Amino acid sequence: MANYFKLIVFGMIALLALIASNYARDIAYQAQALIVMIVAAVAFLVTLRNTDEPVPVAVREQSYFDGVVRYGVIATAFWGVVGFLAGTFIAFQLAFPALNFEWAQGIANFGRLRPLHTSAVIFAFGGNALIATSFYVVQRTSAARLWGGSAAWWVFWGYQLVIVLAAVGYLLGATQSKEYAEPEWMVDWLLTVVWLLYLAIFLGTIIRRKEKHIYVANWFYLSFIVTVAMLHVFNNLSIPVSLFGSKSVQVFAGVQDAMTQWWYGHNAVGFFLTAGFLGMMYYFIPKQAERPVYSYKLSIIHFWALIFIYIWAGPHHLHYTALPDWASTLGMVFSIVLWMPSWGGMINGLMTLSGAWDKLRTDPILRMLVISVGFYGMSTFEGPMMSIRAVNSLSHYTDWTIGHVHSGALGWNGMITFGALYFLVPRLWNRERLYSLSAVSWHFWLATIGIVLYAAAMWVTGIMEGLMWREVDANGFLVNSFADTVAAKFPMYVVRGTGGVMYLTGALIMCWNLWMTVKRSPATQSTPVAQPAE
Amino acid sequence: MEEYTFLRQFADSWMLMFLFAFFIGVIFWAFRPGGQAQYQDTAAIPFRHDDKPAPRGEHKQ
Repeated sequence: MANYFKLIVFGMIALLALIASNYARDIAYQAQALIVMIVAAVAFLVTLRNTDEPVPVAVREQSYFDGVVRYGVIATAFWGVVGFLAGTFIAFQLAFPALNFEWAQGIANFGRLRPLHTSAVIFAFGGNALIATSFYVVQRTSAARLWGGSAAWWVFWGYQLVIVLAAVGYLLGATQSKEYAEPEWMVDWLLTVVWLLYLAIFLGTIIRRKEKHIYVANWFYLSFIVTVAMLHVFNNLSIPVSLFGSKSVQVFAGVQDAMTQWWYGHNAVGFFLTAGFLGMMYYFIPKQAERPVYSYKLSIIHFWALIFIYIWAGPHHLHYTALPDWASTLGMVFSIVLWMPSWGGMINGLMTLSGAWDKLRTDPILRMLVISVGFYGMSTFEGPMMSIRAVNSLSHYTDWTIGHVHSGALGWNGMITFGALYFLVPRLWNRERLYSLSAVSWHFWLATIGIVLYAAAMWVTGIMEGLMWREVDANGFLVNSFADTVAAKFPMYVVRGTGGVMYLTGALIMCWNLWMTVKRSPATQSTPVAQPAE
Repeated sequence: MEEYTFLRQFADSWMLMFLFAFFIGVIFWAFRPGGQAQYQDTAAIPFRHDDKPAPRGEHKQ
């Protein structure tokens, strides 16, 4: 019966999207409407083929809902490669401007590809990793099946649709020019719906839990989901110019808009890339090390301190702007205080290995998880330092910032996600072990050396250009033109691109390894002992 | 502007006090005597139900 209702809804969406594409006022909106139309039509056909089929008897309650987690793992690996590839390409575009091909102007030049890269790695790769692992972890730590039946599939496919619509919009020029919140209003509205459904599923599962207490990983995941919902809605308060066009006008203006944007922007780091991934840390490191977290007390204090402090750190993005000094000082102070909970969490993760450090020698997956926590510690030391106004006057607008972001994103988020994928794939596909551990080691070293090349190159070029910009001669005139700094940065840009190639190669090796694990590794059930031939 | 002034004063007096007191409370609560046994039990949650949900009868022991 529900299927008849679904058929009506999908049919209506397809029809309305087709009409919208006809009335579209710009090419980005038109392309997005056509994609929505195609997706709705496909959903219509899939639903139609399943209508009046006997509904399988609920095995529910007896098993975990892992189908959506499997899809999430595949999507994470896929979007990871896409995002790393885009990042590597734009890194070389900066080194060799000729790669901004004349025939691809307005679609594939740096300005269009850059948001594609950032959104692909943060929201597509990181977001899918968070959704997939949170669905996996919340079930195991609540001892309950995912709440909401097939709703998790809606979250998964809805989120993929958001990613594709956002990416198409970027390439065709629909952007509201807010960093990490570039998608225009129609994509924002869709994401809001998907996200609230995600919140409902996660919360519903926690409410149905069979364990008395909520495990700390779920606290972090929940704070990530709730806060991202709040940030997303407030930073995207805008009024569309037309229902048939992608342009919208922000409700806030001027410095208020800037402050809202960086309140959002920094908490996208704080809650998306930190709190959510800390949820992964608190589950996967204890599991892989086969011992409980070092101090559960510390994890409670870690949680509350992190969420109380992170939310205030945003103004450090706006030193020396129209923002009042007291506000940027507040942001700076909170950023420095934030060092404490960050390192508390890092120590908690690392010390979980106390008594099991020898496992690092034999277990490359654990090595990956541990180095990610190490990079977390490094970038959460570097960040507060860069938020100090005097340091920021040198570092802001230089490549140092980009280096900082990447040591956090590639080191912390990337590595812990790779570790989680290596952990999950054998379990989700019932395989005894990974296909190749030496391939994991190759991935580990390629990624680590890639990050080191990247971060070191960006420190050198960032501090160099910061110093060149402020260099004045005896008469007080600036010594260097902007183009001088660009020319001086060339060798470091090549080194940075090389680091990106290594990181991408590692990710490709991972995809091959995971594929072979599913295809070739022995299954978990009863493997007969090989008998020697007569 | 009235509303702004009110909210601003509320935020940096009562709300600030509440948040700070809540945070200090959390720390004291985490270190309360007798909590250790419960924390050990909670920290062991990831090792309990790897393959399937807890059976229907079993509930929040």
